[in-house]
Amino acid sequence: MKTRHKRFILIGVVLALLAGAAALVLNTFSDNIVFFQTPSEVATGKVPQGRTFRLGGMVVAGSLVREADGLSSRFAITDTAKIVPVRFTGALPDLFKEGKGAVAQGKLGPDGVFVATEVLAKHDENYMPPEAKDAVDRAHATAKTLK
Amino acid sequence: MNIFRYSSPQTFYPLAGRMAPWFGVAAALCALAGLYLAFFAAPTDAVQGEVYRIIFIHVPAAWMSMFIYVVMAFWSAIGLGLGTRLSFYMTQALAPTGALFCFIALWTGALWGRPTWGAYWVWDARLTSQLLLQFLYFGFIGLTRSIEDPRRADRAGAIIALVGVVNVPIIYFSVKWWNTLHQGASVSMTKAPSMATTMLLGMLILAFAAWFYSLAVTLSRVRSIILERERHTDWAQSEIAEKGAAL
Repeated sequence: MKTRHKRFILIGVVLALLAGAAALVLNTFSDNIVFFQTPSEVATGKVPQGRTFRLGGMVVAGSLVREADGLSSRFAITDTAKIVPVRFTGALPDLFKEGKGAVAQGKLGPDGVFVATEVLAKHDENYMPPEAKDAVDRAHATAKTLK
Repeated sequence: MNIFRYSSPQTFYPLAGRMAPWFGVAAALCALAGLYLAFFAAPTDAVQGEVYRIIFIHVPAAWMSMFIYVVMAFWSAIGLGLGTRLSFYMTQALAPTGALFCFIALWTGALWGRPTWGAYWVWDARLTSQLLLQFLYFGFIGLTRSIEDPRRADRAGAIIALVGVVNVPIIYFSVKWWNTLHQGASVSMTKAPSMATTMLLGMLILAFAAWFYSLAVTLSRVRSIILERERHTDWAQSEIAEKGAAL
């Protein structure tokens, strides 16, 4: 075997080992790498009470209630399996909408209500002009009435 | 014709000089066409409004920052394996452009994040691994410039490039492997793009502009590196003398 073949094999083996080590480390810490917990994870008690964490999912359609003080709001976050009610005092981001993704940071109260100190809107990967969106919305509405 | 002829710095130097201007012209044309599509022809986004147009800069820059690092790792492996000087010169010529695109991707991302998410920066897996890429670029540039002996600097830089390349798939797949605030890929090999056609076209043409720009700048930069590192040879001496006379 030529020296340069040996060197290439060595480079390959070292890279493979590094990739393996990285995979093991990331796998071990995967609970800490996730940006938010889902309502199902909260329901199974994976998240200790009284600790700050982020709760992410879809804002339940029709759940958003803005309080009379003009700053506080209540809404619910779901991953389609479980629902967690959220209370928040502060300005919601412009793209915060019912039926869209959102991530709230805060603590879970003993009454099961998540008290958020910060709310972020999570955008999806779809980009389309307003006319196309209208067409999609209409198609969804038609599909619903057909059911 | 044997392409390996061009693995010698002396033969690659004039070839790079002939190619660089053409890539520069191609980059300018693509940038003009792409920017026109991006800012005049592409429709407004239904949800985000005009702010989404940042993706026309953000996405090509982010792709390029990852791709350039992979190319650097490739040349480093060739350089370490075969001991070819030109491979190391290429790696070092690529690094500043990669660092620039990484910088652009991070900043445009922050400017997009504030109006859409409600935060300039969050420590999710995608953003954090991209920041690590920025540090790898800075680390590579700093390390290769700070070691006096150029051959040792070559090898040290190559090792950073090879070790750091493990981070690139982590950046790319982070939005799949973990839940992140950053959205998934709009354009990928595995599914149809989830974008309107004009938007997609503008973004792809700007991605080509980024490619051609990187090629043009890297080839020009590698010429300077070749002259600097080969200055002890007769051909480089006469080339330098000629350049000096032209000034």
